[in-house]
Amino acid sequence: MVSKTKDEVRTIRVVLPFHLRMLAKIPGEVQLEVEPPVTQRAVLDALETRYPMLSGTTRDHITQRRRAFLRFYACEQDLSLEEPDAPLPEAVAAGKEPFLIIGAIAGG
Amino acid sequence: MTSVRVLVGTKKGAFILTGDGKRQKWKVSEPLFSGWEIYHMKGSRADPNRLYASQTSGWFGQVIQRSDDGGKTWHQPGTPPGEPTTGPGGMPKGESNKFVYDTSPETGKPITTHQWYDGTQHPWEFKRVWHVEPSLHDADTLYAGVEDAALFRSTDGGKSWNEMAGLRGHGTGPRWSPGAGGMGLHTIVLDPTNPKRMYIAISAAGAFRTDDGGKTWKAINRGLRSPYLPEPTPEVGFCVHRLAMHPSKPDVVFMQLHQGGGVFRTDNAGDQWQEVNGNLPTDFGFPIDVHAHDANTIYNIPMDPYMRVPPEGKLRVYRSKTGGKEWEPLSKGLPQENCYVNVLRDAMSIDSLDPCGVYFGTTGGQVYCSADSGDSWQPIVRDLPGVLSVEVQTLQ
Repeated sequence: MVSKTKDEVRTIRVVLPFHLRMLAKIPGEVQLEVEPPVTQRAVLDALETRYPMLSGTTRDHITQRRRAFLRFYACEQDLSLEEPDAPLPEAVAAGKEPFLIIGAIAGG
Repeated sequence: MTSVRVLVGTKKGAFILTGDGKRQKWKVSEPLFSGWEIYHMKGSRADPNRLYASQTSGWFGQVIQRSDDGGKTWHQPGTPPGEPTTGPGGMPKGESNKFVYDTSPETGKPITTHQWYDGTQHPWEFKRVWHVEPSLHDADTLYAGVEDAALFRSTDGGKSWNEMAGLRGHGTGPRWSPGAGGMGLHTIVLDPTNPKRMYIAISAAGAFRTDDGGKTWKAINRGLRSPYLPEPTPEVGFCVHRLAMHPSKPDVVFMQLHQGGGVFRTDNAGDQWQEVNGNLPTDFGFPIDVHAHDANTIYNIPMDPYMRVPPEGKLRVYRSKTGGKEWEPLSKGLPQENCYVNVLRDAMSIDSLDPCGVYFGTTGGQVYCSADSGDSWQPIVRDLPGVLSVEVQTLQ
């Protein structure tokens, strides 16, 4: 088996909402190793593999649809409605900008 | 030394209240699972240090939590961090938060829709776990009642779940419809004398019983009354709020039904119900429970059916020592003016000390305790988030 070289695997920065950081006991930003192409699906797959307790929290277990009250942002763009397999911005893939998972704001 | 542990689920986390045997001195834990709704938390009778909690959120979905040390530490019982969530064949490994309806022809039933608010058929969609019920005999076996209504079972300590599809496959499934709060399976009552018998209740389908360990189910709603239904005595469609049973008399079950019904009892395991409202001030309420040592003494908290608050602003528990019909108000120590809280269906519990302690939590964040079977009450804590569930464990 040929191992991936350092150049092939990207380090992606992910920022989670407070409640999911609490759930996974993550103090701050997460750094994930993701093989290109770097997409929403690839990032969330990597997130759930490293933190199985987050499976089903950002997207439905079965349909894999984004949970309605969560949004995905990066590089000052709302990526929530992008296709899961669409490439994320190069700045995210290069680890310069984080992929932001944001809980919708609501009262209470 | 005898003590009690009260497990409180709230709208913004869980709390564990630990009391001495006299139930006079209390210690209130720090919040657990802060910010998450804890619909229900319950301990195993087979191993009192084994606790399960349903942690849920409209934002992040469903999480099952488990403690093996009486609530000191908690973990999700599924795949450990760092391990892939799928095995070599691609099958999911121990995903403790994954509740998948069984629609396979072999083991499940191909029912994919139920009645929606507008009368059309609507797909079954998992939303949350309303109630966790540990087996009476095995700490690793537990049941989960979920919304949209179905019953799941885990036999590996909550690591993985399988639907007991016979219930949802009951012939009436397409006629079940949600109440205003959703279509939840909220009550699971296990018969301690017959491991194959179980009662469940669904809003708004009604009560069901299995006598074969969950393979097949019978709707047990005969004798109930719901004047808001077009048919006077339908097989299903009743908004049952809660069932309760004393372990010494498993054929006697008490029910709090929606407005227009009230409190009912059955003496033949649900085959026939009779209304026992008697002198209760209203026929509406959510919880109902049975005294620890007297199978004919029951408790109920009547609410104004329109406001869903205590009638006249007076918080009163009602007790019947005759199994219904004749009720006495219990108000000593409870607020008797300007009280407009509600008490939800899973928010009442009774310990097994003598005299037994009765506990309930309110949507205003108070948890009350009576150490003398209801004669007098004191608040254990007053300012928690709105209480969703209360369960007590008696520890020797």
